[in-house]
Formats: sequence, C-alpha cells, structure tokens
Amino acid sequence: MTIAALGGAVAPVDPGYLFQARQMQALSLAVHIPLVCFGIAFPAMVLFCEWRHLRTGDPLFRTLARRWSKVMLGLFAIGVVTGTILSFELGLLWPEFMARYGNVFGLGFTLEGFSFFIEAIFIAIYVYGWDRLRPRLHFLAGIPVALAGVMGSLFVISVNGWMNHPTGFTTQDGRAVDARPWSALFGNGYFWHEFVHMYVAGFVVAGFLLAVPYAWGFLRGRRDRYRRTALTVALSAAAVAAPLQVFIGDWAAREVAHHQPVKLAALEGLARTTRGAPEHLLGWYDGRDVVYGVEIPRLLSLLAFHDPDATVAGLDTVPVEDQPPVNVVRLAFQSMVGIGMLLALLSVVYLYVRLRHRRLPGSPWFYRAVVVAGPLSVVALICGWVTTEVGRQPWIVYGIMRTSQAVTGASGIPIGYGTLIAVYLGLAGGVGWLLHRFSRLPIEVDRDG
Amino acid sequence: MAEIPMVFILAGLAAYTVLAGADFGAGLWTLFAGRGEAGHSAIRHHARHAMGPVWEANHVWLIFVLVVCWTAYPVAFGSITSTLAVPLFVAAVGIILRGFAYALRGQIEGAVGERAIEYLFAVSSMLTPFALGTVAGGIASGRVPVGNAAGDLVTSWLNPTSILIGGLAVAAGGYLAAVYLAADARRVGSWALERDFRTRALVAGCCAGAFALAGLIVVRFDAPSLFAGLTSGGGNVMVAISGAAGVATLMLVWRERFGLARASAALAVAAIVAGWALAQSPLLLPGLTVEQAAAGRSTLLAVIVAVAGGAIVLLPSLVLLFRLFLRGMLDHGAAADVGVPSPPALPHKTRRRLLEGFAAAMLVIGGGLAVLADPGLVLGLGVVCLLACAVATFALVAVESDSET
Ligand code: HDD
Ligand code: HEM
Ligand code: HEM
Repeated sequence: MTIAALGGAVAPVDPGYLFQARQMQALSLAVHIPLVCFGIAFPAMVLFCEWRHLRTGDPLFRTLARRWSKVMLGLFAIGVVTGTILSFELGLLWPEFMARYGNVFGLGFTLEGFSFFIEAIFIAIYVYGWDRLRPRLHFLAGIPVALAGVMGSLFVISVNGWMNHPTGFTTQDGRAVDARPWSALFGNGYFWHEFVHMYVAGFVVAGFLLAVPYAWGFLRGRRDRYRRTALTVALSAAAVAAPLQVFIGDWAAREVAHHQPVKLAALEGLARTTRGAPEHLLGWYDGRDVVYGVEIPRLLSLLAFHDPDATVAGLDTVPVEDQPPVNVVRLAFQSMVGIGMLLALLSVVYLYVRLRHRRLPGSPWFYRAVVVAGPLSVVALICGWVTTEVGRQPWIVYGIMRTSQAVTGASGIPIGYGTLIAVYLGLAGGVGWLLHRFSRLPIEVDRDG
Repeated sequence: MAEIPMVFILAGLAAYTVLAGADFGAGLWTLFAGRGEAGHSAIRHHARHAMGPVWEANHVWLIFVLVVCWTAYPVAFGSITSTLAVPLFVAAVGIILRGFAYALRGQIEGAVGERAIEYLFAVSSMLTPFALGTVAGGIASGRVPVGNAAGDLVTSWLNPTSILIGGLAVAAGGYLAAVYLAADARRVGSWALERDFRTRALVAGCCAGAFALAGLIVVRFDAPSLFAGLTSGGGNVMVAISGAAGVATLMLVWRERFGLARASAALAVAAIVAGWALAQSPLLLPGLTVEQAAAGRSTLLAVIVAVAGGAIVLLPSLVLLFRLFLRGMLDHGAAADVGVPSPPALPHKTRRRLLEGFAAAMLVIGGGLAVLADPGLVLGLGVVCLLACAVATFALVAVESDSET
C-alpha cells in the first residue's frame, strides 16, 4: 500500500539533521511566542483605553488607544509572518508527524486559521477606521480582535496539549486510525492548564514589555499625564496577572506530576523513585544527583501530591534513551519559577502602593525594576516553553512517536537553519529600530495622525 | 465526502491567487513603476498605499489551504512538503521578508533606509509567488511521489512546468494589481494614474496570457498526462472558460470597465485552478488518489463542520471589510467629526468599596481552591475565582487616573 511508505517503516535519518531541525523549530517558536503575547493581551488593553475615552470623554485615552493600536497592527503583521513560517515548518521539518497524526490534531489548526481570519479582518477595520467609523461602532469592531486573539491561541494550545497527552485515536501499523479530533484536542488532560497559563503569561509579558519604555522615560524625568496613564494601564495589566501566574504554575506542575512523571523527575533532577522526595533549588544534575543545590526535605512530595510522604517517580523508571536532557529542562524550569516569583513580588508592591496611596510608586528603584522585568518576563515565557517541549523529549507525541521518527528526510536543513537565523536577526534589528523611532514621535493629544 | 475538503482547498487556493496575487503584484509595481503620465513617484506611492487594510486578510488564505491540507490529506501533505522543501522554504523566507518590509514601511516614510526596504518589499513580492508557483508545477507535473522526501529535491521544482507556472503566478499578480489599482485611481479621482495603470494592466495581461499559452505547450511535452487531462473533458472546458475570461478581461480593461474586469480576471484564475484539479483527478499525487489520501471519516466530518461553521462568521466579516475598503472608509486622511459622548462619570465611593470586597473574597476563595483542590472541576472553579479577582483588581488600579503632577 502506498500509505505504508510514509506511515509505516521509519526511514533512517541523519541524527545531525534532527538536532538542527529541533533548533530551527525552537528558534522560530521563540520568535513567534512573545509576539503572540501581544496578540492575546494588547487588544484588551487598547479596548480598555478606548472604553475609558467613551466613558469619560477624556481625549488622552483616545490618543493612547490610537497610538497603541498602530503598534498592535505592526506587531500583528510580524506575528502573522512568523506564524506562517511555523506552519511551513511543521511540514518542512516534521513531515512524518504531519502524515501520521495530521488527521488527529489538524483540526485545531483549521480552527486557528479561522480565528486569525477574523482577527486580520477586524484589526484592519479597527486600526484604519479610527476617523471614519462612529465611536461606538469603532469600539465594537475591536471586540472581535480581542476574542479572536484568545481563540487562536486556545486552538494552538489544544494541539500542544494533545502532543503532551495524546488521546482520541487508535494506532494501527504506526498510523493513527479512528481519529476523534474533537475529543483529542479538547478532552486531553493538558489543554486547560496550558491554556490558562499561557493566557495569563500573555498579560504578564505584554504588560511588562509595554511598561518598559514608559518606565525608562520616568527615570529620565518624562512624567507627563500621558506617560503616567500609559504606564498605569500597562503595569496594572501585568501586575494583576503576575501573582496569579504563581497559582496557575502550581496547578500546571501538579498536572505534569499526574500525566508525565518523567518530565516532573527531570524538572526536579530526581534520579530515583523516592518516598517523601525533597526539592532542590539551584544546583546541577550530574547524572545521579543534584549537586551544589539547596535541599528542602519533602517539599516536592508536598507540592506535587499534597502529601509530604508521597512517592515521586524518578528518572530511573524509564530507560536512559527515554529521558529528556535533565539540566536543560531543570535550568529552564528553575529560571521560570524564579523569575515568576520576582515578577509577582514586584506586582504586589505596585498593587499595594496603587490601592493604598492611589498613586504610582515614587522610588526610582521601582522603575529600574520594571525596565528589567520586561525582558525577564520574555525569558520566563521562553523558559516555560523549553520546560514543556524539551521536557517531553524524546517524544514528539508523548509516549507514542519519537521526535527522530518525525523529522524530514530532506537534506539541506543546515542551509535553511542558517538562512533563518540571518533573517530573524535582521528582523530583530528592524523591530528594535522601529520601536525606537516610534518612541521618538511627538505626542499630540488632540489631533494625531 | 473525501473530496469535500479538496473543494475547500481549491477554493482557498483560488482566493489566495486572486487576492494575495493582487497584493504581490502591487509590490511588483513599486519596482517597475516606470514613468507614466503621473510620474514615477506618484505611481509607486499609489501602489504602495493601496493594499494596507486588506493585506493580512488576503494572506490568511494560504494558512487556510495549508491547515485543511494537513488535516484532511496528511500523507499527501507530508510528501509534498518534504520533497518540495526548497521552494517552500524560499516562499517562507519571502513571506517573512515581505511582512517585515510591510510592517516597517508604514513607519519610515522619508527616513533613511526607505529605499532598501522598498526593494526588499518588491523583490520578496516576486520571489514568493514564483516559489509557490513552482510548487504547484511540481505537484501538477507528477514529480512528487508519496514518501518522506522521496522525490528529487531539485528537479521536482526546477523543471519547465514549474518555472512557467511560477512566471505565470508573478505575471498574473502584476496584472490583477494593475487592474485593481486603476480602479482605485478612478475612485480617488486621479486620471493620470488611472491611465498609467490601465497601460500596465494591458502589458501585464498580455504577459500572463503568453505565459499561459507557453505553459500549455511546455506541459504537452513535460507532463503529458496533465496535458491530456487539460485537453479533454472537464479540464478542457475549464481551460476554455479561463481563456475566454482572460480575453474578455483585456477587452474590459481596454474599455476602462475596471470593476467588471476584476470579476472576469478572478474567473480566469478560478477556472485554471479548477481545470488543474479536474485534469489530474482522481489522482492527488502519483499513485495516490484523493480518496486514498483522505483522513478518516470523523476527521473529515470535523473539518467540514469547522469550515462550514467558520464560514458563517467569516464570510459576512469579509464582505464587511471589502465593502468598507472599496468605499474608501479605511483610507488615510482627514478626520471626520468624531463626537465625544457623555461627560466624565466619576467613580463612586461605594462602588469602590464593593469592588474591593469582591476582589478580596475572590482571592481568598480562589487561592484556597486552586492550591488545595486536586485537578478537576473544583480547581477549575478556583482558577475562575482568581481570574475574577484579577479583573476586579485591574478595575481598581487602572481606572482611577492619579492626580500627581
Ligand atoms: C511569563 C511567563 C511565565 C511565568 C512568570 C511562569 N510561567 Fe510557567 N510556563 C509559562 C510561562 C510562565 C509558559 C507559557 O511558557 C508555559 C509553557 C507551556 C505552558 O503551558 O505554559 C509554562 C509552563 C510551565 C510548566 C510546564 C507545564 C507543562 O509541561 O505542561 C510548569 C510546571 C510551570 N510553567 C510552572 C510555573 C510556576 C510554578 C511558576 C511560578 C512562579 C511559573 N510557571 C511562572
Ligand atoms: C503558544 C503557542 C502559540 C500561540 C499562543 C499562538 C497564537 C497566535 C496568535 C495570537 C497569532 C496572531 C498574531 C498576533 O496577534 O500576533 C498567531 C499567528 C499565527 N500563528 Fe501562532 N501561536 C502559537 C504557536 C503557533 C504554532 C506552533 C504555529 C504553527 C503552526 C502557529 C501558527 C500561526 C500562524 C500561521 C499565524 C498567522 C495567522 C495569520 O495569518 O493571521 N502558531 N499565533
Ligand atoms: C502550541 C504550539 C507549540 C508551542 C508553543 C511550542 C513551543 C516550543 C518551544 C518554546 C520549544 C523550545 C524553545 C527553545 O528551545 O528555545 C519547542 C521545541 C520543540 N517543539 Fe514545540 N511547540 C509547539 C508545538 C509544536 C509542534 C506542533 C511541534 C511539531 C512538530 C513541535 C515540535 C517541537 C520540537 C521537535 C522541539 C525541539 C525540542 C528540543 O529542542 O529538544 N512543537 N517548542
């Protein structure tokens, strides 16, 4: 049968390619995902400003919404192209994965495609329609943008959830048959926590990043009402999300403990199955134990299973070739959690000052911290995805298909990889320059174009 | 049922060719603006500004085609992308560069580097459709066998059929764009620009026609079975329709009936896509019929339901966008009178108290449930409470503008 050629026997592939293919996928995702955060959170912030304008008649909010909506459109355009690259890459790098399981998870991307359609349509109406549509109508045109941004990420995450917890199909001769795409995508045990965690991350990242230029301006003495308002909106969005993220991260970790014990063992560097397992902060996994770390007895069992004496499965439950690279995963995870805690702390300070004294914090140290928090939140975001994705290795579909079975047989990946790096570096330079230029534009409250 | 998603794919392909084609073509005219009556820079300016609002929407069609293909015909998708990796990668790079140039362009009018960005935009506007055209050519001429990178990485797309289809894609885009831009020039009342783009449309239309005819001849030798399909039965009818529509379009442009010309140009493109499909049906790839390539029943059903449901939301939205766009409601320009409604409503003290109480309660309940409950509905409820707390807190801290100066 013709289909067996793709679905059955595994063609031997050069392992060098596999590594480069993984790097290429990771690079493209690392570029796309921070932009996605703006797709999730930015429309909500812009709409909030416009709503304030409609409520109070204050022209300042209109100016703010207008200026932000232009940035939003630019970021959306870049999100679109980087996302398109990802769609291409799924085929270019992982054709076997697509061929065997496209029928199970592809629906998620089909639905995602529709959300982006809606988003692209209404974002155009919104951004180009400022002067032409009546104010209320214009506001209404923004609502589909906000909804579609969230729906789009929801559908993609459903695919990732399925890769981590594959359900909803039967395997026959190495091929998925009897696929039930709806339950595979939305009935898997990973979908909800990943979605909520990513959604909240969207606000953390977009809020802090957006606050950076204004905080920088504050430090330089630029504190007019426009900048204060912009800073308040951006920081408030980030500050209510960041503490929340700690709770949701805890939930995520418990789901991992439940569904992917090996990933949990890698996160914690737990070599052997242990009763009353300790938690290690920092340190290095040397293949047998975590060395140079701070050990907190029984904490892992307590956190993961709510019982200080619970037994936690170790890496030794599976053969070495089924274990993910422990130090990469562990470092990523600890960085995310560490940064998450710091961001939460900063947020609590902000919320306290704002609620108690109804003003913005006065100390320059606060603003310095905000300037650092923006980039750090992106680091946390990427680290989170490294935790999830690298922690799942060597599987592309957890427990079912290895990443090495999914990779393309085509040669030339190094050239592609090199090209992509060059292109993305150029892109990064361009975006930096664009934002720089934008921040220099004068602000005209009453009439701006 | 196995064929229905293929119909979606073909419709998406036709829409992408017509809409994004015109968009790519506008990029081409920024490079080959020439002099014309209106002058070089006016022509470039016109080509550059026309597409703004619909740019993104036009390009989602490609995503649509890809995702339906990999969901409904996964094996064919894997074979195509692995064998045709090179042109697909080139197209991808073209798409990044183009999107990048597009995002930058709006912001840098008059700044240094504007020229370089323009060139980047124009070149990627030709590279991408050419590369995608060669992909179509590789599939149509039967050079993509089933399997992971089973075909030749080079000749699968560097072959006479592919190159001609690539050229056709570029020329057709230039043609569609010129027709559109002429109509747009009329709308804004620039007679010189209208004449200029009419000329350009006629030239590009003849080029596209020449490519199409040459294509038929090349296909006859290079891909005999495709040629047989194109010259018999339904394929033949479609080729004839496309040819007739193409000629009619040229006549309409000649007589300056741009609106109708646009419709018949779209018909010509759609007919070619349909003709290609009929010519190679029931085969999708050599030795693999559409029926064999199709995913299982429930997947197909899910795709059909998703597309049908999506279309209900999508089509009215698209109609709205294009109506606003074609009426000039989304142009740059002078501000209309923007009425500002109701005077400031000051936040109430009691409202604030209530909100504070609500946020605190949600924090306690939500935090407790989320930390203590095991995964399941109760934990979900806790998360919902926490989200509610976040929203309420946001309302408290963001709404009140501070009085500090
Ligand atoms: C701004 C971003 C951010 C911050 C501050 C945090 N996370 Fe996170 N985390 C992510 C952004 C993120 C993410 C969006 O990148 C991931 C990747 C996959 C996912 O669902 O969310 C993620 C994944 C992720 C996973 C893996 C889940 C999986 O494999 O499915 C765990 C266990 C945690 N997180 C736990 C935490 C904890 C305990 C945090 C506490 C401070 C935390 N995260 C803060
Ligand atoms: C965390 C995972 C992801 C999330 C949350 C996400 C979400 C989004 C969002 C919100 C957008 C809209 C662009 C914007 O507003 O900036 C977008 C664009 C896009 N994403 Fe992703 N995405 C993710 C990963 C992926 C992956 C793995 C793919 C690969 C198939 C992908 C494909 C796309 C495509 C094709 C677009 C462009 C859509 C368009 O043309 O409008 N995304 N994504
Ligand atoms: C929801 C969508 C997805 C997101 C957000 C996501 C995110 C990520 C991230 C952030 C990384 C590593 C980043 C880094 O190392 O810097 C990664 C790695 C990877 N992803 Fe995903 N991914 C998604 C879906 C997919 C899909 C659909 C595939 C399918 C083929 C895939 C395959 C891989 C592979 C093979 C790696 C490399 C792992 C390694 O380096 O060990 N991912 N992903």
